[in-house]
Amino acid sequence: MREMIISELSQALQEIARGFAHFLPRLIVMLILAFAGWVIAYLVKAVLRSILRLIKFDKLSENAGAAQLLTKAALPSATEMLSRFVFWVTWLGFILLGVRVLGILGLQEQIARFFIFLPRLFVAMFIMFFGLLAAGFFSRAALLAAVNANVPSPRVLSLAVRSIIIVFVLSIVFEELGLAEQTMLVAFGIAFGALMLGLAIAFGMGGRDLARRFLEKKIVRGKKEENEDELSPL
Amino acid sequence: MAEESYLTDDFLRQLINVGEVDILVGLPTHNNAKTIGSIVRTIQSGILRGFPRERAVIINVDGGSRDGTPDLVTGISIDDVRPASNPYALRTLHSISTRYAASPASGVAFRTLLAAAELLRAKACVVMSPESANIEPEWLSKLLYPVYRDGFDLVTPTYRRHKFEGLLITNLLYPMTRALYGLRIREAYSLEFGFSGRLGSQFLGQNVWNHPTGEAGVELRFTLAAIAGRYRICQSFLGEKDHVERRAADLVPALRETVGALFSALEPDFRVWSEVAGSQAAPTTGTDGEVLLEPLRVNRKRLREMFSTGVAELESVFQSILSPPTLAELQRIARLGEEAFHYSAELWVRTVYEFAASYQKSVISRDHIIQALAPLFRGRVFTFLMENRNASADDVENNIEGLCLEFERLKPYLLQMWKSRE
Repeated sequence: MREMIISELSQALQEIARGFAHFLPRLIVMLILAFAGWVIAYLVKAVLRSILRLIKFDKLSENAGAAQLLTKAALPSATEMLSRFVFWVTWLGFILLGVRVLGILGLQEQIARFFIFLPRLFVAMFIMFFGLLAAGFFSRAALLAAVNANVPSPRVLSLAVRSIIIVFVLSIVFEELGLAEQTMLVAFGIAFGALMLGLAIAFGMGGRDLARRFLEKKIVRGKKEENEDELSPL
Repeated sequence: MAEESYLTDDFLRQLINVGEVDILVGLPTHNNAKTIGSIVRTIQSGILRGFPRERAVIINVDGGSRDGTPDLVTGISIDDVRPASNPYALRTLHSISTRYAASPASGVAFRTLLAAAELLRAKACVVMSPESANIEPEWLSKLLYPVYRDGFDLVTPTYRRHKFEGLLITNLLYPMTRALYGLRIREAYSLEFGFSGRLGSQFLGQNVWNHPTGEAGVELRFTLAAIAGRYRICQSFLGEKDHVERRAADLVPALRETVGALFSALEPDFRVWSEVAGSQAAPTTGTDGEVLLEPLRVNRKRLREMFSTGVAELESVFQSILSPPTLAELQRIARLGEEAFHYSAELWVRTVYEFAASYQKSVISRDHIIQALAPLFRGRVFTFLMENRNASADDVENNIEGLCLEFERLKPYLLQMWKSRE
């Protein structure tokens, strides 16, 4: 009996030792991968940060309106944010590779999913950034055109343009990420429809006087107004 | 040659038939059938009177007219003009036409003319505008003689204008080009001007045609290139500038053509204008421009309202372009009533210089920067109208001169802004 216990104990200890001997090199490989990953991720971050500063990415994000959002949320600049994001994604990628080497069951599939998801995440970020850029550009263009054409409430018009583009971009981003596609599609349809209906009602209700003034100006006093403004800039 | 790629085969054949010429008259058109007949006859008459012994050609470059303008240009015979002008041309006067595009583009039209002038080895060239209804035969001589006989390279016009006409020129273009480039050219942007074949060829070879803004305001770029290249430039008084049908709605395109072209020239010309101090008068034939004083109805209230609305609504845009003190001052005057409102010369100059520096650094889209200047210009126009409401011609000239000196005085501020933003 005693011998049996000793034998079982020694066998168990041997198995632990064997398992540890089997696991230790993998752990070392994982740690090496994690360290190498950290070094590579750090280098990638440094290079990316330099490139972004060179192409004045902060200025671009400022124009896109992203910089203001980041400032409001007390976050660092767009260059710093993107550099850090790429650093963490790269390092995480290496760590996950290391974890894969450990051979822990169940994790393999999750890691594979993560790597499949990565390109979609990048595309979504790309769409989001350029979408914000386009929203900023077109809303400013609408604002300037409205101010110079003496259209009433130019900021409302500009905001409407910005909102429409952002809603549209968000729906594309969520679709790209595969997050609640159906819900987003329905939500986008409802939001867009509501926006258009709201604009139509607002125009109908608020535009009556405007339309009357416009027609009066054109038909009754049009000639006089035109003559008064006949100042050639050149 | 480079020009072969954008001159059509048909146009090249016409140029070969013409051969070498002494005088080239360029006539860019777009749907000008109503006026083009009389303009071509006036040009022909001007050539017969002023240059009967010279080989001359009228070249019409058309931007896709649908009213038969090119046919009218080429269809007018020299015999239609002879009875009105005694002298006879001793050489054949050619009239040829080409369609450079389906829609008008002043840059392409001018480039076509320059290429044609180079191929024909024209000694003196003149560009005439089909929009000038009161063009006289003498205008040709006035713009061509200084080039053909006196060796000048560029002749810009001066006109007799109403004191409230051409306010973009008097309040921005003239004072700023004068302060920056050091030469007092009243009409640096003009649709009528004479130039030498030498200057034309030099400008044709410049890298302005592929530039995004190269198309707009090419006439101004041409004048600035002549100043920067130290070519011989003079002014010639033509007479009354006919009223061009431009209303307030056309302000933004006008700003693009002039201010946009000027701002975009500042970067490549930095070495030239940064070393210039003060300004010199340009040789002028006739007067340096005359001022008409007839009463004119202007909706001043609307101008001030558009300024105030612009300053309030475009605050976020101006924050990217203007310095905080300038923006604060603009916001202060935007709140003032009509009587107290005053957009001072100093504030206006600071505004323009800050816009120029922001344009250089592209703080936002360059076209948006130009558009954002429109409401501020309206504010400045309001003050100019108020200041000169009862002013005599001399008073108006003195006020413009004062503004010019302010532009010259504050030039170091532009340099400072330029360098600080680098």
